[in-house]
Amino acid sequence: MAKVLVVTSGKGGVGKTTSTAALGAALAQNGANVVVVDFDVGLRNLDLVMGAERRVVYDLINVVQGDAKLAQALIRDKRIENLSLLPASQTRDKDALTNEGVARVIGELREKFDWVICDSPAGIEKGAMLAMYHADVAVVVTNPEVSSVRDSDRIIGMLDSKTARAEKGERVEKHLLLTRYDPGRAARGEMLNVDDVLEILSIPLLGIIPESQEVLQASNIGSPVTLANPNGVAARAYFEAARRLGGEKIEVVVPMERKGFISRLFGRRVA
Amino acid sequence: MNLLGLFFKRRSSAPVARERLQVLLAHERIATGHSELLAKLQEEIIQVIARHIKIDREHVHVKLDRGRDTSTLEIDVDLPAVMPLMGAR
Repeated sequence: MAKVLVVTSGKGGVGKTTSTAALGAALAQNGANVVVVDFDVGLRNLDLVMGAERRVVYDLINVVQGDAKLAQALIRDKRIENLSLLPASQTRDKDALTNEGVARVIGELREKFDWVICDSPAGIEKGAMLAMYHADVAVVVTNPEVSSVRDSDRIIGMLDSKTARAEKGERVEKHLLLTRYDPGRAARGEMLNVDDVLEILSIPLLGIIPESQEVLQASNIGSPVTLANPNGVAARAYFEAARRLGGEKIEVVVPMERKGFISRLFGRRVA
Repeated sequence: MNLLGLFFKRRSSAPVARERLQVLLAHERIATGHSELLAKLQEEIIQVIARHIKIDREHVHVKLDRGRDTSTLEIDVDLPAVMPLMGAR
């Protein structure tokens, strides 16, 4: 049965789009049939991060409004054939998204794919609410930083009250994805650590993505990090998170600081 | 504080962040859904006072201080110098 997953956070810039691309690709690399849907109307970026920006013809709004067929708007990834992208519109307004239209498109996607992954825009306005409305599963992307944790808490409250599942008295399965985690700074008490964030938000942990150059390098070249650098620390964390989404029980290992010889010698004084 | 103290006391700001978030979110979670509670409380308390004492709406100050275990809602009402008691016995 198809699952609709929303990648959300409230706050911008925490890694929703890169996580959507990486989780979507990881699930597809493991054999599932996946579509990633960009809900950030007017500020689309998932196409860019996926390296499909030059192939966009039709978008979500065209399909919602009936100007294009779903099959015309879907862009199949050139590297993984069971991964597709439904881009957002760059020129239209988010008001062009109607509840009925989105419901119809999500329904059609459910028939074609195993996973429908919705990349939510930042904020709590219409686009974000529509991205989460049909979700069965939510990945709440959070940075270990006060404003991100507060916004995630707000979003968790909305997942429990403003979704189709909540309206039917059912629950959206929620997972925390902690991104841009810097083990050294957490160890030195300069940054909230994993336990702090988990205790405050109290939803199960899907994975911890360490702060890594690899993530930026992957978006630079337009490739999900699980494809660009599959053996790197970030990709391995995303692969494990994807397997947990699939129901596997894998223990989450909290990243530790890897110290070089010089920093061992001089301890914390070396930046 | 000596030099060593400066080294080791240096930035351990995460516990502060954690504490602030816990207090804030405890309140925000309750507030969601009935965010007008404060305004309602203020209005009803003032109505009760106004039933007995003539007060000027301009001179009512409401202050909220949210703490970890308890919060205080302070309502300051400036009373006229000579209280014109309504319905005085």
